[in-house]
Amino acid sequence: MAEATFRIWRGDAKGGSFQDYTTGISEGMVVLDAVHKIQAEQAGDLAVRWNCKAGKCGSCSAEINGMPKLMCMTRLNSLDLTQPVTVEPMHTFPSIKDLVTDVSWNFEVKKKIRRFKPRKPDFPDGSWRMNQKDVDRVQEFRKCIECFLCQDVCHVLREHHKHDEFIGPRYFVYNAALEMHPLDTEDRLADLKNSNGIGYCNITTCCRQVCPEEITITENAIIPLKERVVDEFYDPLKRLIHILLK
Amino acid sequence: MAEYQTHSYDVLVIGAGGAGLRAAIEAAASGVSVGVVCKSLLGKAHTVMAEGGVAAALANVDERDNWRVHFADTMRGGQYLNNWRMAELHAKEAPDRVRDLEAWGALFDRTQEGRILQRNFGGHRYPRLAHVGDRTGLEMIRTLQDHGIHQGMTVHMECTVLTLLLDGGRIAGAFGYDRERGHFILWKAKAVVMATGGIGRAFKVTSNSWEYTGDGQALAYRAGAELMDMEFVQFHPTGMVWPPSVAGLLVTEGVRGEGGILVNSEGRRFMFDDIPENYRSQTADNEEEGWRYTQGDKSARRPPELLTRDHVARCINREVKAGRGSPHGGVFLDIAWIKKRLPDAEAHIKKKLPSMYHQFKQLAGIDITKEAMEIGPTTHYMMGGVRVDGDTQMSTVPGLFAAGEVAAGLHGANRLGGNSLSDLLVFGKRAGEHAAIFAKGNAQAAVDDSQIDAAAKFALAPFERGPSGANPYAVQYELQEHMQNLVGIVRQESEMLQALEIISKLREKEAQTGTGGHRQYNNGWHTAMDLPNMLDISEAIARSAVLRKESRGAQFREDYPEKDAQWGKVNNVIRRGASGEMIVEQRPIPEMPAELKQIVEEMK
Repeated sequence: MAEATFRIWRGDAKGGSFQDYTTGISEGMVVLDAVHKIQAEQAGDLAVRWNCKAGKCGSCSAEINGMPKLMCMTRLNSLDLTQPVTVEPMHTFPSIKDLVTDVSWNFEVKKKIRRFKPRKPDFPDGSWRMNQKDVDRVQEFRKCIECFLCQDVCHVLREHHKHDEFIGPRYFVYNAALEMHPLDTEDRLADLKNSNGIGYCNITTCCRQVCPEEITITENAIIPLKERVVDEFYDPLKRLIHILLK
Repeated sequence: MAEYQTHSYDVLVIGAGGAGLRAAIEAAASGVSVGVVCKSLLGKAHTVMAEGGVAAALANVDERDNWRVHFADTMRGGQYLNNWRMAELHAKEAPDRVRDLEAWGALFDRTQEGRILQRNFGGHRYPRLAHVGDRTGLEMIRTLQDHGIHQGMTVHMECTVLTLLLDGGRIAGAFGYDRERGHFILWKAKAVVMATGGIGRAFKVTSNSWEYTGDGQALAYRAGAELMDMEFVQFHPTGMVWPPSVAGLLVTEGVRGEGGILVNSEGRRFMFDDIPENYRSQTADNEEEGWRYTQGDKSARRPPELLTRDHVARCINREVKAGRGSPHGGVFLDIAWIKKRLPDAEAHIKKKLPSMYHQFKQLAGIDITKEAMEIGPTTHYMMGGVRVDGDTQMSTVPGLFAAGEVAAGLHGANRLGGNSLSDLLVFGKRAGEHAAIFAKGNAQAAVDDSQIDAAAKFALAPFERGPSGANPYAVQYELQEHMQNLVGIVRQESEMLQALEIISKLREKEAQTGTGGHRQYNNGWHTAMDLPNMLDISEAIARSAVLRKESRGAQFREDYPEKDAQWGKVNNVIRRGASGEMIVEQRPIPEMPAELKQIVEEMK
């Protein structure tokens, strides 16, 4: 059996270091397989979060050779195995242990976003009619598996730690899915401008590049939301109307 | 005395997949306090993996559909061992439950008229599955999650229950641990809803995630609840077989619903060779008719690839054993062939089956719009589970409810694809509703400290034995290997008795497992604590399967290959004896009301 070395970060909130593990590999293996093998044979208490192992649940996010990726969808044959493969936790979130981070902040952010508020049903049986064309663009956003890799890579969070003022790409996509939902009647533009900090995003497209679901985060979600915010609050004519109405 | 945190709720829901979240939403809506224990992060539960769709007789695509047809299909698929009351309620209520989801923001694919689109699936007479491409489960769990977080429920993420607490036979709460921090938690509750899903991790080749260790079935059993139909484990016909690291990963039935065909190494479409008698009148007898069915021709009958899962899985198994399999021990599933029929086949496949396209491209390096997939059976779903009342979902333990995969009854001997997502909506709602009623009518039962201490002692034992104890992963692998080989898709008595002996030996090893490190996020420790559950449900499966001396639905016995009418009148029920031994007994199925009997007869 061929072998490869994995340089895995071991530690917790207090600190840690990389440790090398060499293990046997076989055709078709992904990074998560190697981590599991190491866990079963060499490091029983190695912490790793995972569920579906099929790229559908978004649990096993990590940084592999420095790139934010899902461990379950990263095949070993896509990596240079002549060098140790580094596997480390997402940097943007506090460490819990080894490859597991505390992502609870994301769940708190979601709760604060105004919920879906549909218009009255079109028919007495409580149903609506919607055109597939109108549904299509929102379905793209609803592919999101909440792996938080986009949050991990976003410099506003990663470098500038604006967690209190900025909700991150995941939640702009979530806002976009609600705002563009054919049935939704809620208005989230003031929140986007004020508490959600959409202005911090300077559309570097890092989030879009790491999205394992290939959601066009920047162009299809964030930029249209920015345009709506600008239309609502910075259009001179609209501002005048706002002032007159007050 | 063990140290622990304490939380108190009217209703405690264990499990946060579709059934658990639906139950929690319903209970919270009636004004009681609700806690949800979630083994993983919220929104990651196994429901997320469901692909094909949710079955509901909305009749949006074929106006001939209604609850009676759905009921008859479900009963036929389950070979009449189903709890008919559950099958009736399920068929009647599924359409409203799907409409609930739409009102909470779910966006299903649409028909030309803008209604919810429905697709064909195995065993369903008409196109019945509301869907979102092939990621219906994700849409459902996200909708329930995003709605649920505004309902006032408290979610305990990454927590696992170790034992249910009882007060003289009545439920008093649960005791467990927090993975992230490693400490113990006591949840006091007036009513508990079990919604922990299935048991797939007891087998080597499975489509299920690590969470599926039979916790709910085992916890309920040890608390005195009865289990039923445990011999019926569904082997889904189409799991990936290559590369080895993804063996078992699900390939949706939707591939066949969209026109995919099964072919052996000789290029023969072998499903036409073996069509069971009770499905003959509904099944196409030539390829042309089968194709027309998948394209919505209402006068056509369905292709044999869309026969029930138990049958398709056995046919594939037979081809492989006869030496007509694919290079890696499966058969071929081909959707690429439709390019002969459709002008824009490639775009069509990518639109209808996006995650399948993605999955094969990324994990196997195969482009399903150009070449055939290699697939084989994979352990997928547990039809059996906690025996419940059809209307209220309460188990035989007062105050303990169960819904979704962990409960038994709806599916009988075999589940139809799409009936699981509707199951968890219909019965999740009912369980939540009735748990809330129970909680309003009963005071909190007393919590017994000795039960808590016993659970804490069990939990901490692997640390006392330390890293030199038995390796919990190795014990788990050993169990999986034997269950796969001895209690799998083709069964016989001698092998299953051997499995029972092995299980009892593995119990001794389980008691010797050790772990190093500390209590915080220690996967080895968690595996050690999951083992007793896996061993209990493995024993239940084997015992129940040995007792049923016939082949029916998901159970195929090489030593009893025929169906036996006498066995069609009973369910196998499992309970814990006074000295802790496992007792299996036959229980007659209650008489079906005349109205339902008539439906079954009319649609035979």
